[in-house]
Amino acid sequence: MSTKKGMEVSIAASVAAKLARVEAIAAYPITPQTHIVEHLAELVANGELEAAYINVESEHSAMSACVGASATGARTFTSTSSQGMELMHEILFIASGMRLPIVMAAVNRALSSPLSIWGDHSDIMAARDTGWVMVFCENGQEVVDSIIMAFKIAEDRRVLLPMMVNLDGFSLSHVIEPIEFPSQEDVDRFLPPYNPLYTLHPDKPVTMGAYAMPELYTEAKYSQEMAIRNSKSVVKEVMDQFSREFGRTYNLVETYNTEKADTIFMALGSINENIKTAIDSLKEEGKELGLVSLRLFRPFPDAELFEVLKNKKKIVVLERVMPGGAMNGPLFNEMASLVVSNGLNVQLENFIFGLGGRDVEPEELMEVYEQVVSSGKLSHADNKNYGVIGVRS
Amino acid sequence: MRMKSLERYTDNPEFEYATSGHRACQGCAEILALRLGLKVFGRDSIIAMATGCMEIISTPLPTTSWRLPWIHVAFENAAAVASGIESGIGILMDKGKIARKDINVIAIAGDGGTSDIGLQALSGAMERGHNFTYICVDNEAYMNTGIQRSSSTPFGAMTTTSPPGKKGIGQATQKKNMPKIAAAHNIPYVATACPSYPFDFLAKIKKAKATKGPAYIHVLSVCPTGWRIPSDQAIHYGRLAVRTGIFPLYEVENGRYRITYSPEPLRPVSEYIKGQGRFRHLTEDLIAEIQDHVNHDWQDLKNHSEMK
Ligand SMILES: Cc1ncc(C[n+]2csc(CCOP(=O)(O)OP(=O)(O)O)c2C)c(N)n1
Ligand code: SF4
Ligand SMILES: [Mg+2]
Repeated sequence: MSTKKGMEVSIAASVAAKLARVEAIAAYPITPQTHIVEHLAELVANGELEAAYINVESEHSAMSACVGASATGARTFTSTSSQGMELMHEILFIASGMRLPIVMAAVNRALSSPLSIWGDHSDIMAARDTGWVMVFCENGQEVVDSIIMAFKIAEDRRVLLPMMVNLDGFSLSHVIEPIEFPSQEDVDRFLPPYNPLYTLHPDKPVTMGAYAMPELYTEAKYSQEMAIRNSKSVVKEVMDQFSREFGRTYNLVETYNTEKADTIFMALGSINENIKTAIDSLKEEGKELGLVSLRLFRPFPDAELFEVLKNKKKIVVLERVMPGGAMNGPLFNEMASLVVSNGLNVQLENFIFGLGGRDVEPEELMEVYEQVVSSGKLSHADNKNYGVIGVRS
Repeated sequence: MRMKSLERYTDNPEFEYATSGHRACQGCAEILALRLGLKVFGRDSIIAMATGCMEIISTPLPTTSWRLPWIHVAFENAAAVASGIESGIGILMDKGKIARKDINVIAIAGDGGTSDIGLQALSGAMERGHNFTYICVDNEAYMNTGIQRSSSTPFGAMTTTSPPGKKGIGQATQKKNMPKIAAAHNIPYVATACPSYPFDFLAKIKKAKATKGPAYIHVLSVCPTGWRIPSDQAIHYGRLAVRTGIFPLYEVENGRYRITYSPEPLRPVSEYIKGQGRFRHLTEDLIAEIQDHVNHDWQDLKNHSEMK
């Protein structure tokens, strides 16, 4: 029997980790991730969750301890944000290269400087190519369900990769939402105990983390790349099984009003709820806008995106990170790659928004829509290739 | 040393956990220390090793020199990885997923991986009280990357980043006292050792193995390549380091300091310094300065130690 409760999303995320019966947790506090790790500490202290909780002295050590724990075969969980994700950056690559199915709740936040504790995607975009499977969530229910699914995906023998569940700092992590929690029995049925391929144990000594000379490095990385590419079908399979067993449907790419609309917004995370509000308001005015959101971000669901976008006229990529001197934001660049490699005839536009916690109202999104539909390729101030919503120059 | 004489420390003295075929330089005392030390730890051990010489000489894919479960993650985090391992096997035993038994978790890093870049991770792991042994194999520089100075490089030594010159004397700072830093964490066992004194070393490994909680062993590991000495001189220079008082052998058990081998009367430091290429440029004045330092530190150590 599932139960429905009003709960802060961060607390719900830790309850999901408990439902997944995590065995080792190593984490270091940083806003806005703190409530997740605090609540996990409480669950362990109360005896409600039987897990090793390692109070490390930094995020670098958090990820390092996760690697050590996961290598012993323990189901391992962590969570971080922003500066913390940057500090563990080095070890993120090692966790994926060593094929360890660690799961992380990444509570997305801006990067310093200037220091900002508020939400955007600067942290995860800097970590996007670390070889982790990555999903983005729009609401608390998705966070809970995704954490449970993440272990099943990551631990699948066809995958064996770490996985991040992304949720926006504050605008998602700190809101109270009604959330349906599956029962422990149902989760146990869905997610059996982790059965690792190799572990660090004296009875069967293995060497992990050896180095590669030029004649093997490419092959090692290639096999890892194939693993993350092929993980897409496992993600799909697990989402389908989840839908069947728990009645909530998940897709690699989620769509909203895409059938009728020629113009499509694309974004990641909690902004999608605002975009849907904008879409509904536009509909009342007789205008059609569609939304394509990537639930799965790594591996990049190119074929699925192509299916939804192939006949569209205008695609507007909205992203919460400064391009940092690149031509456009990172998601736009991938979309441009998709457009070119599939020979799509489409107008592609890029907008940056919501940096460091800046709110974007549905009205502003509606303005972007009006701009885009009323002209050909947009030109932006200062000869940029992208617009920055609401910026005061 | 005859393997038979190891029987006091291990029931399987002949068995090699660090096997031949590794790529360490001729005469390397770092690999010698590990080879001997692991015999005492025995088969029920897991190693977390930092990036550095010992990692690089032992594990080019797809080969390995280790007949123990072994993991390398990065340069600065051996202690954090070991924390994860210790916690991981602990919870799996608690949950009955693996059989309960004593497994030695051993973190191994060089002086750079310990006293510089890995100090924070080590401090955290010691403070948390993990049941593990940390071995610092101190060859007094970053050898793996080409003999750059570390904070454990001794005063006056030439390295590629502390070159002597018109304005430079070589390393201009004093060697960081890492064992003292470890001891300041109030962990149950800290020791210094050197494979030139194998039985002293093995006895300390045995104690570390039996320690519940963190144990730290700082092993002076002569590196012929980096010290610019002939490859058959590693044992000799290790002995001189001890006999001159430059590297005293002691242990700190639950806060009590005990000198485990008294080198008195101390040999003059010049005996140790002369003949090492890394000190070739030192003037008599600088050598005298080193002697003063050693005299002072040795007296200081004696003042708060028990003698054997
Ligand atoms: C973060 C990071 N910085 C620098 C390096 C380069 N590096 C690898 S090993 C090493 C020196 C190792 O010195 P030490 O710990 O003393 O071990 P040794 O090789 O002397 O045994 C350095 C600087 C690295 N691998 N990672
Ligand atoms: S450089 Fe020194 S420490 Fe490294 S393998 Fe050679 S002798 Fe041993
Ligand atoms: Mg060194």
